[in-house]
Amino acid sequence: MRRLTPYLLALPSWMWLGIFLVVPMAAMASVSLQTGNAIDGFAMTFSFSNYTDALSRYSPQLLRSLLYGGLATVAMLVIGYPVAYWIAFKGGARKSMYLFLLLLPFFVSFVLRTISWGFLLADDGVLFGPLKSWGVLPVGFHVLATTFAVVGGLTYNFLPFMILPIYVALERVDPRIIEAAYDLYASRTAAFRRVVLPLSLPGVFAGVLMTFVPATADPVNAQILGGTSNTMIGNIIQTQYLTNLDYPTASALSFTLMAVLLVGIFIYAKALGTENVLEAAAR
Amino acid sequence: MRGRGLGDRLLHAYTWLIIVWLSSPIAVMILFGFNDKKSKSNTTWQGFTLKWYHQLFDISDLTVALRNSLVIALVSTLITVVIGTMLGLAIGRYRFRGQGVTNFLVFAAISTPELVMGASLLSLFVSGNVPRDANTIIVSHVLFSLSFVVVTVRARVIVLDPSLEEAAKDLGATSWGTFRQVTLPSILPGVLAGAMLSFALSIDDYVVTSFVNGSTVTFPLWIVGSVKTGIPPQVNVMGTLIFGVGVLIAIATSVTARRRA
Repeated sequence: MRRLTPYLLALPSWMWLGIFLVVPMAAMASVSLQTGNAIDGFAMTFSFSNYTDALSRYSPQLLRSLLYGGLATVAMLVIGYPVAYWIAFKGGARKSMYLFLLLLPFFVSFVLRTISWGFLLADDGVLFGPLKSWGVLPVGFHVLATTFAVVGGLTYNFLPFMILPIYVALERVDPRIIEAAYDLYASRTAAFRRVVLPLSLPGVFAGVLMTFVPATADPVNAQILGGTSNTMIGNIIQTQYLTNLDYPTASALSFTLMAVLLVGIFIYAKALGTENVLEAAAR
Repeated sequence: MRGRGLGDRLLHAYTWLIIVWLSSPIAVMILFGFNDKKSKSNTTWQGFTLKWYHQLFDISDLTVALRNSLVIALVSTLITVVIGTMLGLAIGRYRFRGQGVTNFLVFAAISTPELVMGASLLSLFVSGNVPRDANTIIVSHVLFSLSFVVVTVRARVIVLDPSLEEAAKDLGATSWGTFRQVTLPSILPGVLAGAMLSFALSIDDYVVTSFVNGSTVTFPLWIVGSVKTGIPPQVNVMGTLIFGVGVLIAIATSVTARRRA
């Protein structure tokens, strides 16, 4: 009986993960190779052309998603690193208060946050309305429905996921190591570049993973903040599934997206060195 | 480190700037819940009023959506906490066959993009002719919250001293009695943290839900659906109330945790 205990404890979760995570992936793989329509039903025809058709039609949106996701990730890294650095080394007794303030947006629903952000950027909203009437900005000035609005929204929504892992990595850096660098006549820049930065790389790795994947696959920001020329792959997948009921195309696109993200993560992990990846994964 | 130079002061100001940036949409949301708007759109300030708080439940399908969200979050959290705590105990305490695969699945459930998860679940439900309703939403929410409960519970189980449980057994406690009186109280902070996380994830979810909802509408789905026609101020008020309750719970938890420590 005692030897069975772990299996009995794990059984319900195994079933849940098996039936609702593993089987659906297989179902999606199968649907992506079928042909037919929503009324007459779909039949398995092993039509790999679903993939080539979907890609030739929607590669602009796929590439745009990777570009937007990449731009937002770089922006988050540049904006977030100094914040993580300051809180980790200079936050003192108030560290947890600063972290709490950074996490405040998460107490508001993701879609509501994005809408409020769009609301701030509205053409005649609280920000640009007065600026326009005072003549600071030209009347035709607008941010909504531009690339900047979508990338900005992604950056805004996922920034804390970049700051937190970098903070955790920096917080673990022993201050005595930095002092040792100074004692050995390192300048502030050299101490940062050769001691602090390398030690924070596992945090950067985790932060990039936690932000690039959801930002690239996010349909909400493009839908609420973007215009017709900012459609991302997430919007296409949603429309194909839910409006056009073209399940094969949508499944093929979902698989392609996942494959591209996995390959991207793999190349990135290679470039950064396997030890860093293992270290980041071990946390 | 060296004294507070100009660079440090600049970074300090910069950190506050980022905090203000991150919080400004929340401030706007709260403020415009008090806006006495006359026109259709709620984008310009037209005076202070409390009327949206009085008419909070006047839009019946919005109220239904909010209630759906709360019920779904409650039910899915209950299921997630029970089966997630069991798996967290199994992984943290025992060595068993299939542990590597289990860890991989837990990691995969966290790292799969929401969009792909929603799409694959819909593929399953369509292939199996499963009607989409509140039940399919609950099933999906349990799936994406499960790993978070497993991870938080496992973190507590690992640091748990096994001699405590042995002592309870030596004193004649049954297995269930040992679990209820010794194990559960010591892993409770992890269980509660996992429960709060999964409730928050569930009530907030838009992407996965949009695939598996059928004709059931949740709070985030209702909001996105009404973007084109204009968000009514009642949404701001509900958002404000959820925000307030969430912040209060977070502060209360951290205060009690500090007192216990």
